[in-house]
Amino acid sequence: MTDTTQATQISPSELLAVVASRELAQARTVFAGIGLPTVAVSLAHLTCAPDIEIIYESGVCGAHPASLPETVADSVLITGAEAVLDMTALFNYVLQRGHIDVGFLGAAQIDKWGNLNSSVIGDWAHPKVRLPGSGGAAEVMANSKEVYVVMRRHEARSLVAELDFCTSPGPDRALAAGFTPRGLGVTKVITELGVLSRTAPGEELLLTGVYPGVDPADVVAATGWDLKVSDQLTVVPHPSDVELSLLREEVDPNRVYLR
Amino acid sequence: MTHAKLMTLSEAIAAFVHDGCSVSLEGFTHIIPYAAAHEIIRQQKRNLTVYRMTADIVVDQLIAGDCVDELVSSFIGNSSVGSLHELRRRIEGKGPRPLRYREYSHGGMIARYLAGASGLPFYPLLSYAGSDLPKINDEIRVIESPYDGQKIYVVPPINADVAIVHAQRADAKGNVQIWGLTGIQQEVAYSAEKVIVTVEEIVDEDVITSDPNRTLLPSHVVDAVVEVPKGAHPSFVQGYYDRDGAFYRQWNDISKDPQTLQDWLEEWIHELTDHSDYVAKQGPQFWDQLASPYVPSLPVNYGSRQS
Repeated sequence: MTDTTQATQISPSELLAVVASRELAQARTVFAGIGLPTVAVSLAHLTCAPDIEIIYESGVCGAHPASLPETVADSVLITGAEAVLDMTALFNYVLQRGHIDVGFLGAAQIDKWGNLNSSVIGDWAHPKVRLPGSGGAAEVMANSKEVYVVMRRHEARSLVAELDFCTSPGPDRALAAGFTPRGLGVTKVITELGVLSRTAPGEELLLTGVYPGVDPADVVAATGWDLKVSDQLTVVPHPSDVELSLLREEVDPNRVYLR
Repeated sequence: MTHAKLMTLSEAIAAFVHDGCSVSLEGFTHIIPYAAAHEIIRQQKRNLTVYRMTADIVVDQLIAGDCVDELVSSFIGNSSVGSLHELRRRIEGKGPRPLRYREYSHGGMIARYLAGASGLPFYPLLSYAGSDLPKINDEIRVIESPYDGQKIYVVPPINADVAIVHAQRADAKGNVQIWGLTGIQQEVAYSAEKVIVTVEEIVDEDVITSDPNRTLLPSHVVDAVVEVPKGAHPSFVQGYYDRDGAFYRQWNDISKDPQTLQDWLEEWIHELTDHSDYVAKQGPQFWDQLASPYVPSLPVNYGSRQS
């Protein structure tokens, strides 16, 4: 199979997983939920980050599952795991003590500072749509060294000028409220169109990467705030043959998460 | 030795869960006390306040059973396989009557249980700086640290009238052993006024004393111990049976239509006498499919002094 043939057949999920995996080259401990984040971490383990470790929201560390887990608390994650922590150890010692390098989060809405809403669409007391809420996202945001967000859909109703509700505030909101933030908050947003980045509090998320064939003007148009394009905008390289075959043959051969 | 804490589930719920009381029901995906929740529905307990970090199907069922006035939680959803439609109907103002909802994050609920279990008036945590949650939840409050002068959020204790948890095994005295995902079970038990524990099996005291580190809940914190095999279905019990993923996926369709949901409660709870009826109704082949393979841990040496 030639590179070109494969490139035309890459699914959006495969692209997101590969791009996310490349961002994990420097990470050692990753807090991740089941789905694309765990697929990305597994691929990073086989490519750019051999020592990477996933810590699951259920308290499992060093999992060696015999089959692909369906939830963060799947029984297959327990059998043969290196450690299983209780909730107090996970949230207070692992997260609050600062042991997580990269936290992966999703959200219904994100703003230009990387603040997240996973609670409601509409007014909190009278919501149009009630969403699941924080889970551990508020703690992952507050305590990870940095946070990556994966958004399957890049559209103005998800990447918004103003959140309907802030469930998981980043460091800029913490500073404005008179607190000393601990981590960098969201530093990468990986979407179906490209990559948005920021490096420190006080910076907006900028468009820093687009996929081949994507017009930056279309990404700006699909964003709900006045997205600025980095003057160092790059074209994110296509997944390589090696990345794709590892992803398809080793990480998720039954295509449970690579829809 | 007294076995006064050994009860049937019907007796334990009747003795400790009363209309208008508060109930902590915990179990993080693992060992969720479904059978006990079904007995609460069967006994038509009313006006409960329910504490549960991950409000999932079991909470949707309790709400549909008209048992709950207020829910305190940090995640309301059926993992990634669908919505909890009864809960959403009530919160979105489309149900028969509203539900009071108090929203936290997992860290906030854990801190509340730690405060409750430790007898403390509040517990600090590094969450909520810049969050909208304190605006809609006046229990989340900010104080200044007396040591470094920094602002920090605190949350109040949870001290429920009764905590209900499920576990792998206990002895007749009520010493409870749990392995796999232990979640927040110990803090929940110590935070509550009364504690009901349902277990897969009651074992001899010798089994418990052969591995004392595995006892998360010593008998002094347990008020009722009830043998309820398969009592966590459709969730799982490590080493006993796996999660019934098919049921979790079906729940979206069951709960979507209020009448279908009421029919489900009628067929699977009200028309059955107790959980053994539920187990029998599923049939032995059903349970065989979910049975866990045997993967034992290696023994450790608890030896002490030469006699």
